[in-house]
Amino acid sequence: MQPIARQAVVFALAGWSGFFVMAVELLSGRILAPNFGNSIYVWGGVITVFMLALSVGYLLGGHYSVHSPSLRRLGAILIAASVATLPVVALGDPVLNWIFDRINDPRYGSLMAASTLFFVPTAISGAVSPYAIRLLVTRLQASGRSAGIVYFVSTFGSAAGTILTSFYLVALFEVDQILMGIMAISAGLGLLAILFKDVKQ
Amino acid sequence: MSRGRKFALAIAAVLALAALPAAGRIVHTERSLYRNIVVDEEDNQRCMRFGRYALARQTCISLTDERYLVFNYMRTMMGALYLNPSPERILIIGLGGGAITGALQRMLPNAKIDAVEIDPAIVRVARAYFGFVPGRQTDVYEEDGRVFVKRMLKQGAKYDLVILDAFDHQYIPEHLLTREFLLEVRGLLAERGIVTANTYSSTRLSDHESATYYSVFGDFYALKTNNRVILAVVGGLPGAEELRRNAEIVEPKLQAVGTGKDWLLPLFIVESGWPANTRILTDQYSPSNLLNGM
Repeated sequence: MQPIARQAVVFALAGWSGFFVMAVELLSGRILAPNFGNSIYVWGGVITVFMLALSVGYLLGGHYSVHSPSLRRLGAILIAASVATLPVVALGDPVLNWIFDRINDPRYGSLMAASTLFFVPTAISGAVSPYAIRLLVTRLQASGRSAGIVYFVSTFGSAAGTILTSFYLVALFEVDQILMGIMAISAGLGLLAILFKDVKQ
Repeated sequence: MSRGRKFALAIAAVLALAALPAAGRIVHTERSLYRNIVVDEEDNQRCMRFGRYALARQTCISLTDERYLVFNYMRTMMGALYLNPSPERILIIGLGGGAITGALQRMLPNAKIDAVEIDPAIVRVARAYFGFVPGRQTDVYEEDGRVFVKRMLKQGAKYDLVILDAFDHQYIPEHLLTREFLLEVRGLLAERGIVTANTYSSTRLSDHESATYYSVFGDFYALKTNNRVILAVVGGLPGAEELRRNAEIVEPKLQAVGTGKDWLLPLFIVESGWPANTRILTDQYSPSNLLNGM
């Protein structure tokens, strides 16, 4: 059995990561709209890229968790996802204009734009859940339960990130302010995990 | 009145309106990529609705006189001709049933018109049920208005008149109501070019919308009937004398679509009175639909 505090930190990271992914996904529609519009194709492109990135992230996270897993490394994944989102704020407009100038079809334009800006941070975020499961599993018999709780926490976080962003945050803040805010929280939580006095398994 | 009571009344009003059936004979229904389109007929009018209830009328045409513009806001928008009686290049964002496009084709047969509509089904319905036939000088583009504007900007296109009519009864494409979008539209306008927009008249959004238009165009007219039609000009509004002169010039054309200077001229009022600290809508901050519901 692990200390409750350690488990709580793992759950907090998994839940927050779910929040982060959905907040970014919703805002990505906003970010693409000035160049690619708001048509059904744009959402199709965005959702495709996020799903693909998450699927790759799950694979990588599971793989990465095999060798000397630690809370520290999980914290580092969150910080990496946060840093990988920085180009969205810093380079978003020039990148989108560049793609707009080269791809006329709104379907492939939005697909390309979403891939360029959001694939990497989302794939990194996708690595959090399988990695968190590895940190929680101490006995084979309980592995399904641990996985179930992580799915619960991270998907619950996704729901919270979706509703808070779309109902409230966009009415209060600018898109970039929201992004910077959630990046700061990701980095803070990641740091908390790194500083947490971990027990060797 | 307490907030709760107001809310209850608002709900009751919405329910009452929602209960009003689209009473006419239903001619056509279609589920498009974006909405449910219903075409029905009643009292010698054929209307396009998004959804079944009465508030959702988007376009109506008169079955007895096809030239007549049924909606107040459409007649109000013709006030753009008081700012320039003969625009040569016109951009219309939001085709709907094609009533405005059709009226302009008839009034200004030599004008080059680009009409942009995001929903291909609307274009089909406009042609099949609303007698919309693109003229020799008219091109219809099926795409997002913002994307079209951006591409035309890149190509260096210019328009004398831009008509923004992409809002429906309850939904605003938020990327079409930002300072950046209006700056792009201004970039498309020729010298003394005109933009006119069909907007909502009395919600919290109006103030934000006013602040946003003002930030791009300076003073603008807000012609208020049941909707609010915004009219702005690159380089500032004309004097009253110029309006009257142009009104005389286009009077026969406007009479033909069911309006005229006696009704239209008094509506030309320069908008004012929104709070000085009203937040401008931008690509970064554009919760238009939330503000519209407040």
